[in-house]
Amino acid sequence: MRLPELSKGASAFVECVENAQERDPIAQRLRDLGFVPGEPVRVVARAPWSGDPLLVQIGSTRFALRRAEALRVSVRINAEAVA
Amino acid sequence: MSAVPATTTPLRIALVGNPNCGKTALFNLLTGARQKVANYAGVTVERKEGRFVTPAGRKVQLLDLPGAYSFDSTSPDERVTHDVLMGRYPGEATPDLVVCVADATNLRLHLRFVLELKRMGRPVVLALNMMDAAKRRGVVVDVPKLELALGMRVVETVAVRRDGAQSLVALLDRVSVDGSHAADLDATPEQSADLHGAVRQILADAVMMPRATDARDDAIDSVVLHPVLGPLILAAVMFLVFQAVYSLGKPLTDSIGDGFDWLGGIAGAWLPEGPLRSLLTDGLLSGLGTVLGFLPEILVLFFFILVLEESGYLPRAAFLLDRMMVSVGLTGRSFIPLLSSFACAIPGVMGARSISDPRDRLATILVAPLMTCSARLPVYALLISAFIPHRTVLGFLNLQGLVLFTLYVAGIAGAMAVGWVMKHLRRDSGEHALLMELPSYRMPRARDVAIGLWERCTIFLKRLTGIILALTVIMWFVSTFPSPPAGATGPAIDYTIAGYLGRALQWPFAPLGFNWQMSLALIPAFAARETAVAALATVYAVAGGDSDVATLGHTLAQNFSVASALSLMVWFAFAPQCMSTLAVIRRETRSWGTVVISFGYMFVVAYAASFVTYQVARHFV
Repeated sequence: MRLPELSKGASAFVECVENAQERDPIAQRLRDLGFVPGEPVRVVARAPWSGDPLLVQIGSTRFALRRAEALRVSVRINAEAVA
Repeated sequence: MSAVPATTTPLRIALVGNPNCGKTALFNLLTGARQKVANYAGVTVERKEGRFVTPAGRKVQLLDLPGAYSFDSTSPDERVTHDVLMGRYPGEATPDLVVCVADATNLRLHLRFVLELKRMGRPVVLALNMMDAAKRRGVVVDVPKLELALGMRVVETVAVRRDGAQSLVALLDRVSVDGSHAADLDATPEQSADLHGAVRQILADAVMMPRATDARDDAIDSVVLHPVLGPLILAAVMFLVFQAVYSLGKPLTDSIGDGFDWLGGIAGAWLPEGPLRSLLTDGLLSGLGTVLGFLPEILVLFFFILVLEESGYLPRAAFLLDRMMVSVGLTGRSFIPLLSSFACAIPGVMGARSISDPRDRLATILVAPLMTCSARLPVYALLISAFIPHRTVLGFLNLQGLVLFTLYVAGIAGAMAVGWVMKHLRRDSGEHALLMELPSYRMPRARDVAIGLWERCTIFLKRLTGIILALTVIMWFVSTFPSPPAGATGPAIDYTIAGYLGRALQWPFAPLGFNWQMSLALIPAFAARETAVAALATVYAVAGGDSDVATLGHTLAQNFSVASALSLMVWFAFAPQCMSTLAVIRRETRSWGTVVISFGYMFVVAYAASFVTYQVARHFV
C-alpha cells in the first residue's frame, strides 16, 4: 500500500522508500527525513479539493508531501510484518 | 579545564542544526544581533556572524550556518554549511568548535543530523533547545546517558528565555582554547551506517517521550487545515490583514501629512522668500513628508507578516495553496516570499532563497515584483482620492476601495498569467519536490516582532534619507531652474530643465495618456516608486499650488483626465520595479540576463495594459 492511499488520521508503518529513477534525490531526502522501514507514519491532513499535497506525520515532525513524492513511500498497517 | 585567560584570538564557533530548531533565536540570544527570527523552514540562509564575551572573558566569534537536514542530498544551503564545517569554503576559517542545536521536542529527526555531523569528525557539542516546550510535553532527557551515547557534551537551552543559554556559555568557557577535541568525550565514535537505527537506540536508552506530537498542534491543524474551514480561514486572515493596513495605517498617515504641513507653514513664515525657502518647503517638506506618511501602512503590513510567520501559520497557508501555485508554475513555498512582496519586492526576492529548488526559485523571483508593493500605495492613494468619486456601489462597496482592490487583483492575476506562460515555455518539466516541514505552532513573541519591525523601519528611513532625499532635491532643482526669462507668459516650470525633460519623454508615453509632468515623474519613480508622488508634488507645488496630499489631488484633477489617471495606476501595477529591486535580483540570481528579462517583460506588459486602459477609458469615462 502506498502512503497516499492511507486514509486521513490512520496510522501505518513505513515499509520502504522506492527510487522513482536510478538516482532519486527526492527518495534520498525522504529517507534522510526519517522515512525508513518500521517508522510509524500518519496522514494528518489533505489539502482542499485535490487532496494534494498531504500532511504527513513522521516521528514528531510534520511534512507536506505532494502526491508524487508520497507515492514513493510504501506502508503497511501491521507493524509486525515490517522487518 | 580551569578558567580560560582572555586571549586576543577569539574562539570560532559555528552554530548548525536542522531548520526550525530555534538556532536563529539562540544566535540572537547569545550575540544580541538584530536578526529576524522566524518559524519557517530555511529562513536562515545568509551568513550571519556575531561576537560576544563569556563571563570568564573569553572572546567568541559565532557563525550562524544555514539550516540543514542532511549532507547526503545537498541543497545549496546544505552545501555551504558542509563546506564551512569542513574548512573547505573559500574565505572561511575552519570553526574551532561546532555547536549543534537540536529541538528537544523533535529529537527523532534532529539526532540523526547530530550523528551525521559527528561522523564528519569535527568537535561538536549539542545544545538541546526548546527544553521548556519539551518539559511541557512530558519529554524527559537523561543528559548523562545521552552524552555517553553520542560521545559529546550536551547542554540544555531555552533560546526564548533571557537566561536560557547560560549552560552553553558556561561550557564554552571550559572548552580548551586550541580548538582540539576537548569537547568530545569519545575520540573515536561508533561509525554507524544506519543513522536512523542508531537514533532509535539512543532515544530508547536516554529519552522518555509520552507522545509524538503536541495535542495543541493536532487541535489547531484539524481546524486550520480542514478542507472547508482551512481556505475560509486563510481568506479571512488575508482580508483582515489588508483591511487593517487601511483602517490602522490611514489615520496615522493623515496625521503625519498634517504634521508636515504645519512644519512647512512654520518654515514658510520664518524664512525669507528665495531659493532656500523654496527648497525647504516645496522640495524637502512636501516631498519627504508625502513619502514618510506611508511608513505606518508598511509597518502594519509587516507586523501581520511577522506575527503570522512567527506563529507557524504561514507554512500552513503555503500547504493550502500549493496545488493552486503549482498550476501556475510556482510552488506553495512561493507564498511567503510573495506575501512579503506586498510590503516590498526586495524582502520578497531575498525570501525566495528559502525555496531550495532553483527553477521554482527563479519563477518566484520573476513574478514577485508584480505583487503590489507598499511603495505603490502612495501613488494609488493619491490618484484614487483625486479621481475616483467617494461613493457606494452595489449597496455596500466603497468605489475607491474597489478600485484599489482591483489593482491588487490585477497584480496577482498578472503574476499567475506570467507564471503560467513561463511554465509552458520552459523545457525543464521534471519533478520538483515540495517536502516542506510544518513547524509546531508557537506564540509570537513581542520582542521578536518588535525587532523585525524596527529592521523594516530603519530600512525605510535609510531609503528615505538616502536615495529618496537625493532624488527629491534633484527634482526640486530641475523643476526650479533655470528661471523663466523676463516677460515670459507661460507657467514658470515650462522653462525649467524639468519642463524640457518631461516634454522629451512625453511622446513615447503620449499613447498611454500621460502628460509631461506624469512622464517626468516616471524617472524618479524608477529609483523608488513612492517618489512619483513626491515628484508630482514638487512639480505642481513649484508651479504654484499648495503641497499637501488633498490639494495635490485637487491640482492633479484639474490637470489631467480620469482616463490618464487610470492608465497611470495600471502602469504602476505592472511597470518595471524600482532600481533597488533590479539590483537585488541581480545579486540573488547572479545573472544580468534575469534582470533584463524581468525588466523587459514588465515594461511590455505595463505599456500594453496602460495603452488598452487609456484607449478604452477615454471612450467610456
